[in-house]
Amino acid sequence: MTAVIWVCGVLLTVGAVLAVIRAEKGPSMLDRTIALDIVVTTMIAAVALYAAVERRTDVVPILVVLSLVGFVGSVTIARFAAVEPEGEGRVRTREEIAAQEAERMNAEDQAEGTRRSGRREGYDEHHGGGAEGEVRE
Amino acid sequence: MSLHPRRHRWRTQWATIVWLTVVWVFLWGDLSVGNVLAGLAIALAVTTGLRMAPIAFHGRFRPAGFLHLLGRFVLDLVKASFEVSLIALRPRYVPHGAVIGVQLRSHSDLYLTLTAELSSLVPGSLVVEAHRLTGVLYLHVLDVRQSGGIEAARQAVLDQEERVLRAFASDEELDAAGLGVRA
Amino acid sequence: MTQDQWTIVADVASAVCLLGGAFLAFAAGVGVLRFPDLLARMHAGTKPQTLGLALVLIGLALRLRSGGAVWALVLVAVFQMLTAPVAAHMVGRAGYRTGKVRSDLLVVDELTSDQERAQVRDQGRPDDDGPRD
Repeated sequence: MTAVIWVCGVLLTVGAVLAVIRAEKGPSMLDRTIALDIVVTTMIAAVALYAAVERRTDVVPILVVLSLVGFVGSVTIARFAAVEPEGEGRVRTREEIAAQEAERMNAEDQAEGTRRSGRREGYDEHHGGGAEGEVRE
Repeated sequence: MSLHPRRHRWRTQWATIVWLTVVWVFLWGDLSVGNVLAGLAIALAVTTGLRMAPIAFHGRFRPAGFLHLLGRFVLDLVKASFEVSLIALRPRYVPHGAVIGVQLRSHSDLYLTLTAELSSLVPGSLVVEAHRLTGVLYLHVLDVRQSGGIEAARQAVLDQEERVLRAFASDEELDAAGLGVRA
Repeated sequence: MTQDQWTIVADVASAVCLLGGAFLAFAAGVGVLRFPDLLARMHAGTKPQTLGLALVLIGLALRLRSGGAVWALVLVAVFQMLTAPVAAHMVGRAGYRTGKVRSDLLVVDELTSDQERAQVRDQGRPDDDGPRD
């Protein structure tokens, strides 16, 4: 019996580690979602293995809760998945971060400047209308 | 909608209430009067408090068809898992997938959902998109070669739908789908 | 057979089931790493995983052999089988809608061609409003 437990434990661990590798590599959010779903199900299997070895029945509610809730994460991410730009999955280097920050601050300063100069003219236009972003049917 | 919404809702929701009570009793593990009553109370509270669209089930439960469906499903599940494991573990084998569209023959949401669920768990296919209004299921086939070709995969889904209909559908629905009633 | 022999038989059967379940979970992990495409990886996440979990639960039930906990295990298996295809379907649909599926890797892609045909048809009718489905 001990050999069986060891073999099962090793198989489950290796499977979970491979899924985590895919979670790191996966080019999109959805790949990572699937990989983490597999990790959760492997956790259920591992808890069940422990309960089988020790013959404990009080860990069974953990299995029920995990199986019900474990898929909510992937469904939520899939439901709200937005289109990711191509370079999003990469880890940016320090120079790239600095360059992007500088660009962003430039764009903000420019937007602030145009907003200040255009405010006096734009104020009357909004007077009779609704708020920005209001949905008109 | 009928003129008496409250009465209508009770009649169509009784199956949900029974199912929820069964789930509650299973969770507690022993079949005692207290558990059944508590389950009924919670099921009633859930179905009246959280209102969902009632599923119109006009069909008839056929035991023979249901057992056939269940048996075939278990066999297919075991076969599918080992097939996918083989593809995963065989070195240097890249599966070539395909996405096919299958026009289902029945016009009900319930059978569409059941067929989609069962098709996702059996060999080779996974439901990617389902159009309710036209009754079309789009499935992704993992390996075209292992499923025996695209037409074989399509026929497998239609066979699955036929087994579902023969387990649950009424006679009129079977006729509408073009499957004759088996004696 | 005596009570002890039944116990041994149950233990052996449980060990076999646990091994089978762990092997399938391992195959699911290998599959999700090796498969080339998002849609193929979803296959690895539903089929071997579900059966692997069912086998492990059968092994656990054979070990526990009594008590109300066994019925809860039936529930766990049913929930897993109900929810895994739903999660896979939503991920696949999101993959299509956000353009993560590469049509060139597929042998036949009828969903994309149907969507393109529907788009062409919609553009010909300018007064058609509202989302599809």
